[in-house]
Amino acid sequence: MTGQSHGTQPDMTLLSITDLTNEIAGKPILQGLSLSIGAGEIHAIMGPNGAGKSTLAYTLGGRPGYVATGGSATLDGADLLAMAPHERAAAGLFLGFQYPVEIPGVSMVQFLREALNSQRKSRGEAPLSGGAFLKLAREQAALLKLDAEMLKRPVNVGFSGGEKKRAEMVQMGILDPKLAILDETDSGLDIDALKIVGEGINAIMRKPDKAVLLITHYQRLLDYVKPDYVHVLAGGRIVRSGGPELALELEEQGYEALVA
Amino acid sequence: MTDQLDTDLPIRDQAAHDAAARAADYEHGWSSDIEQEYGPKGLSEDTVRYISAKKNEPEWMLEWRLKAYRHWLTMPMPDWAKLNIPPIDYQAAYYWAAPKTKDGPKSLDEVDPEILRIYEKLGIPLAEQAVLAGVEGARKIAVDAVFDSVSVATTFRKELEAAGVIFRSISEAIREYPDLVRRWLGKIVPMHDNYFSALNCAVFSDGTFVYIPEGVRCPMELSTYFRINAENTGQFERTLIVADKGSYVSYLEGCTAPQRDENQLHAAVVELVTMDDAEIKYSTVQNWYPGDANGKGGIYNFVTKRALCQGARSKVSWTQVETGSAVTWKYPSCVLNGEDSVGEFYSVAVTNNHQQADTGTKMIHNARGTRSTIVSKGISAGKSNNTYRGLVRVARNADGVRNFTQCDSLLLGADCGAHTVPYIEVKNPTATIEHEATTSKISDDQLFYAMQRGLSQEDAVTLIVNGFAREVLQQLPMEFAVEAQKLLGISLEGSVG
Repeated sequence: MTGQSHGTQPDMTLLSITDLTNEIAGKPILQGLSLSIGAGEIHAIMGPNGAGKSTLAYTLGGRPGYVATGGSATLDGADLLAMAPHERAAAGLFLGFQYPVEIPGVSMVQFLREALNSQRKSRGEAPLSGGAFLKLAREQAALLKLDAEMLKRPVNVGFSGGEKKRAEMVQMGILDPKLAILDETDSGLDIDALKIVGEGINAIMRKPDKAVLLITHYQRLLDYVKPDYVHVLAGGRIVRSGGPELALELEEQGYEALVA
Repeated sequence: MTDQLDTDLPIRDQAAHDAAARAADYEHGWSSDIEQEYGPKGLSEDTVRYISAKKNEPEWMLEWRLKAYRHWLTMPMPDWAKLNIPPIDYQAAYYWAAPKTKDGPKSLDEVDPEILRIYEKLGIPLAEQAVLAGVEGARKIAVDAVFDSVSVATTFRKELEAAGVIFRSISEAIREYPDLVRRWLGKIVPMHDNYFSALNCAVFSDGTFVYIPEGVRCPMELSTYFRINAENTGQFERTLIVADKGSYVSYLEGCTAPQRDENQLHAAVVELVTMDDAEIKYSTVQNWYPGDANGKGGIYNFVTKRALCQGARSKVSWTQVETGSAVTWKYPSCVLNGEDSVGEFYSVAVTNNHQQADTGTKMIHNARGTRSTIVSKGISAGKSNNTYRGLVRVARNADGVRNFTQCDSLLLGADCGAHTVPYIEVKNPTATIEHEATTSKISDDQLFYAMQRGLSQEDAVTLIVNGFAREVLQQLPMEFAVEAQKLLGISLEGSVG
């Protein structure tokens, strides 16, 4: 799957998933999923409800209850499945949540600074000072056109749907991951917000050493974040892969025609 | 974004950082080899006389103690709290244990260097020069340190005296300011008030007395640090704070005890009184030894704390962070007698393993225009039980009273209990009483979200719990707030996952 676009070398694989399987409550969901994402690439995964898209994100993120029963997944060569969720984060994995979670009483600033410094610590880096962190937070908020005052508020509490999604992208900008898996980041966004989020993703992640896996139902986010590859996930595995034109084909014909 | 944001950041101040480091684990579980002098074992009139004699008390004080003791003998132990306590053998304990010295301390120079070393280990800035030489911007806090039964040192005495503030061990105050002490001792919490207050009156060994004169804003925060060190010894301290008209004082109280297998008894009485326009802010971080993971050992903490807002527009604010003790029975209260006086109660109570806490407040509105706020945050984990019990009472002739109560419970795990028992007695129809209560669990969603951002599970729990308790923690003075935040996390270690 690793392609030649943007001059990436074929051996610069960032995420490598091979024959990944799992079960949720005894029911098989991922059934031998394989996917390889190279540095500098943006991939989109599309597919009908229940295909296993969110399950893939949670399994890679290490959510309790989403344990791989077979196969492997590595990030930049490191065995993701052997790590605790916070270790995966420190290794460079960021999950953009479909439903960002509220944490009352904990300000965004406090939350992100602790998270970032915790990641830095496990990578053997010095913690960021208060001033340096604030500067970074302000820059990233400005990038997403999010009022920096929002960062003083408790994590996601009282945020509108659009604000939550933009705040997720601000978090991504601050944490500066190698790989971002964005789970329906476009849902609940109006056209203007979609554009801002799309441009934010490009600004933060469209870099030679980073990669993005977009999970989405719709073509519309892909108007702003142009994927290098599009995959169709159905029945717990990738059933078709192609270039950006595949998303348009899906939009016209629906999943039925492609999956059948 | 303004620089306001910085206030949300973890405090980087060195003193605060050290306070947090101190709180790591139950590091106060060590005991010290100090030459101790014990009183007679068991409780009798002789014990009471022994204590009174040891303290060179005036005759009226001995009579007062004996009266309390005789009354205590007639009282049953209260059983209305949601606490399961095995019978306490009052004859098996000592009621007097003191480091061997000639007399009470006159100055720091007379204190056993070994004791100073212990307090240093506890992180109490006892030696004045240490504080004075402290990092730039570090605030001065005057400390009274109570070691088992006696007060061993009171710092900053001269500076406080210049402001007219009296800050003494209560034993000294009884001798030096008998009229002032006698006027208020036992007037706010009468000796008959309850079983443990009667016991305390009979055998209290030391504690702190504070008087803030009219119009004086106490130039520094005052603090008492209690430590139970001796084995099989109860600690019964007494605190009395009198804030005269228009005065203000912030008072901090911290507690630790060594890890011991047997249960130890702590029954304190704290009395506060405020005259017109006076304000007392009273903060407690209670970290007595909670017992081990199987419920063995730990402190029985039976405390009666009450404030009398006697003056118009006076205010008392109680803030407590209760993380320790095997059993906590404690209801810091406000009797609002002065018109437009204000009572506040902010509480975080954490129970883990087999700890039991039954804690809350009483807001007694006896005058018009009085207001009270109650914010209680209970956090239960392990097999523990955590009960909020609170009374809001409005007298018939108290017009225009307002109360707002918020009780939130957070559960970690499936084997713990959270209970809310509000009592509301309103005899005046103009009162506005609001009560809100919630019970929630730390959700898997919250934990995974925080961990996905890079926090370990324990850090994630600490962060979420601190967020839950934020309203209360932000009432604490800065040094205490940092220590309290750290303590919450430590108290809950191993309670998730």
